[in-house]
Amino acid sequence: MKPGTTSAACAAVLRRDLMLVWRRRGDALNPLLFAIIVVACFPFALGPEAAVLERIAAGTIFVAVLLAMLLTLDALFRSDLEDGSLEQLVVSPHPLALLLGCKIFIHWLTTALPLIIVAPLLAQLLQLPAPVLPVLIIALALATPLLSLIGAVCVALTVGMRRSGMLLTLLVLPLIVPALIFGAGACNAAQNGFAYAAPLLWLAAWLVLSIIIAPLAAAAALKISLS
Amino acid sequence: MHDSADEPRALLQAQSLCFARNDEAIFGPLDFSLHGGETVLIEGDNGSGKTTLLKVLSGLLEPTSGKVLLHGAPLTLAKLSHQVALLGHLPGLKLELSALENLRFATGLGGIRPGITPHLVLASVGLEGFEDTPLRTLSAGQRKRVALARLLLVPAALWLLDEPYANLDRGGIDLVNRLLDNHAHRGGAALITSHGAYAFTSGTPRRIALHVPPPAQRGEVPEERRGAEA
Repeated sequence: MKPGTTSAACAAVLRRDLMLVWRRRGDALNPLLFAIIVVACFPFALGPEAAVLERIAAGTIFVAVLLAMLLTLDALFRSDLEDGSLEQLVVSPHPLALLLGCKIFIHWLTTALPLIIVAPLLAQLLQLPAPVLPVLIIALALATPLLSLIGAVCVALTVGMRRSGMLLTLLVLPLIVPALIFGAGACNAAQNGFAYAAPLLWLAAWLVLSIIIAPLAAAAALKISLS
Repeated sequence: MHDSADEPRALLQAQSLCFARNDEAIFGPLDFSLHGGETVLIEGDNGSGKTTLLKVLSGLLEPTSGKVLLHGAPLTLAKLSHQVALLGHLPGLKLELSALENLRFATGLGGIRPGITPHLVLASVGLEGFEDTPLRTLSAGQRKRVALARLLLVPAALWLLDEPYANLDRGGIDLVNRLLDNHAHRGGAALITSHGAYAFTSGTPRRIALHVPPPAQRGEVPEERRGAEA
């Protein structure tokens, strides 16, 4: 008898989830299109004055990215619950938190990373000053995994309910508002010539804490949802 | 009924196992033990707690009282074992993926029996030529066969099968019986649920009967609901 190792199990989860996203790649593009459309609408609504757009650019991009990620959050565990894969993950002898960590990583990789990659384009649409762009990218790179991690805990809590979309949004929003404040705050500080390291470091500290705690909390919440 | 305390080599033991949801008894207390080479049928009407029993035995649900022992050691969700394979109502397969991809995922998660490959097991459940077809295009019975192939692939000694005969044609039912026989010959054990034992043709299995509690007695654990072995 050759039992599978935990690293093999994690690799299997990573490979399968990536493959699933690839098979549903049409759906996977939705958040990206959503964020681009939202950001592209602002210059039409507010007029093309550079001064106005510059001022709202960082905040708008941040809000659009976080909302786009919220779109896909509910699906994080739902299909696995509905087809029984989640049961198989739970009864497997590997640490559930680690397997969920892999799933959360794929969620971030397939939803947030494309958004971060198009962030320069979004910044261009809103005439964000070029020197602020690196700060925006770093802030997004720190804030989006936070949303994936915190969101996963909330999804795990609500996945047992049939219609949890609205409840999920209500649960997640207050928890990610601090990430929004610090992330957009860092960009605004950089834009106005102030020091911006402090809010970014806060985000980083919070992210480290979430990486450790969130998968464990999600695993505990999922076990409650399944029983 | 077996006295489980002096049978250390039993693969699985349930000791006065009870499960209640919101103070409403679902089953128990149940006492039984399962040895290698045995196939035991859990019988009961709809709603008698067969699925719940399998979930408790697999560690998905915490029993309200009593213990589940696997090779004499307590089985809890915190300490699950490679020894148990669960095939629930939901097959746990991804419809977007092919049979082969689904099985590769299962071996990553549960390990693989030596000397066997996903191709071999797919052939042995009669799905040769369907290896790369997405499950979405297969029939319910064919998907069930993929789920059965998963059992053959992972190195689990104890199979917990919830309604393995559902959705299967005559050939599929024979296949399940053949798989169970082979599994028993290898020294494995299986617990299967069925609301009707009509399909079970391989020998006369030991049975554990579960009964729906009369409404008046819900909330307590009546004596006549003790699991009786026939």
